[in-house]
Amino acid sequence: MSRDMLVWIAILATAAGCFAWKILGLSVPAGLLDRPLVRRFAMLVPVALLAALTAVQTVTSSTGQLTVDARLAGLAAAAVAVLLRAPFLVVVGGAVAVTALLRLTGIG
Amino acid sequence: MTTQNIRDAEEAPVKGRRAVLRDAFGVGVAVGVSGVAFGGTAAAGGLSVAQACALSLLAFTGASQFALVAAVAAGGNPLPGALGAILLGSRNALYGLRLGPILALPTRLRLPAAQWVIDETTAVTIAQPDRRSARLGFTATGATLFVLWNATTAAGALGATALGDPARYGLDVAGPAVFLALLVPQLRQAGAKLRLDRERCWVAGIAVVIALAASPFLPSGVPILLSALAVPLVLVAGRRR
Repeated sequence: MSRDMLVWIAILATAAGCFAWKILGLSVPAGLLDRPLVRRFAMLVPVALLAALTAVQTVTSSTGQLTVDARLAGLAAAAVAVLLRAPFLVVVGGAVAVTALLRLTGIG
Repeated sequence: MTTQNIRDAEEAPVKGRRAVLRDAFGVGVAVGVSGVAFGGTAAAGGLSVAQACALSLLAFTGASQFALVAAVAAGGNPLPGALGAILLGSRNALYGLRLGPILALPTRLRLPAAQWVIDETTAVTIAQPDRRSARLGFTATGATLFVLWNATTAAGALGATALGDPARYGLDVAGPAVFLALLVPQLRQAGAKLRLDRERCWVAGIAVVIALAASPFLPSGVPILLSALAVPLVLVAGRRR
C-alpha cells in the first residue's frame, strides 16, 4: 500500500471516529453517560494527550530523541501569549514568527 | 400599553438576536481564520492540499486534526496517530451531552448538527439564556466556523505549498502552540481564573514524562497514546490518598 493511501485511510478513520463521538454525545439520553467518573475521565484524557503532544512536538527530533531547538523558544512565546490571554491566532502566529526568526538568524 | 412600550417589546427579541449573532461571529471569525495555521502545518507535514481540506471538512475538530498531521509529519505508520486523534476528540461527546437537552433537536437534524459540536459552538451555545438564542448561537457559530475554517485551511495549504520548505518559516511549531493554547485553560480550576487544578496538573506532568521517555523507543503516535495512562494512574493514586 502506498504511503499516500495510508494517509488517506488515517484521515478517513480520524473523521469517522471524531464524528462518532459527536453524534454519540448528542444522541445518548442525558444521565446514561453523565456519571462523575466518566465525566472526570473524559475531562482528563484530553489534558494528558494535549500535554504529551505539546512536549513531543516541541522537544523531540524526527527519531524521537530529546532535542532543544528554535521550536522551544517559539513555544515559550506561545506560553507568554496564552498567559496574557491573547487571541488564538496571535498565540500561534507569535510562536511561528519567533521560531522562523531564530532560524533565519541561524540560532535555531 | 403605550406605542413606545409596544415598540420596545417588539424590538427586544431583535436586540437579543443581534447580541447572539455578535457573540457567534466574534468566536467564529477569530477561531475560523486559524484554519490558515492548520492548512500551513498540514502542507508542511507532507499532506496534499486535498488531504488537508478533507480533514478540515470531515473531521472538523482542530486539536484532532493537528494531532493527525503531527503523526503524518513524523513519518512511519500514521494509524496510531489516527487513534490518538480520535481519542482527543472524545471531549466532543461530552459537549454533545451538554448540548442535547439545550438544543432539543428533532432526530432528522441531529446528524447534520453533530458535525458542529465542538469547543467553540458549545461555549457560545451554553452561554445563551433560552432555547431560541441557543439554537441561533449554535447555528451561527457553527456556520461561520465551518465556512471560514475550511476556506482558510485551503488557503494555508496552498500558500505553504507555494512557499516551499515550510519548516524554515517555523510552521512546525504551530501544532504545539495550538495544543498549549487548548491545554492551559483546562489546567485551571473550574470557575477560577488563576488557581490551578492539582489533579489536572499531575495528569499533564505525568503524561509529558511518559511520552518523552517512550518516544525514542516507540513509533511516532504510540507515545501519545501511552501518555493517556497518566489518567488512571492519577485517579488510582488520588483514591488511595
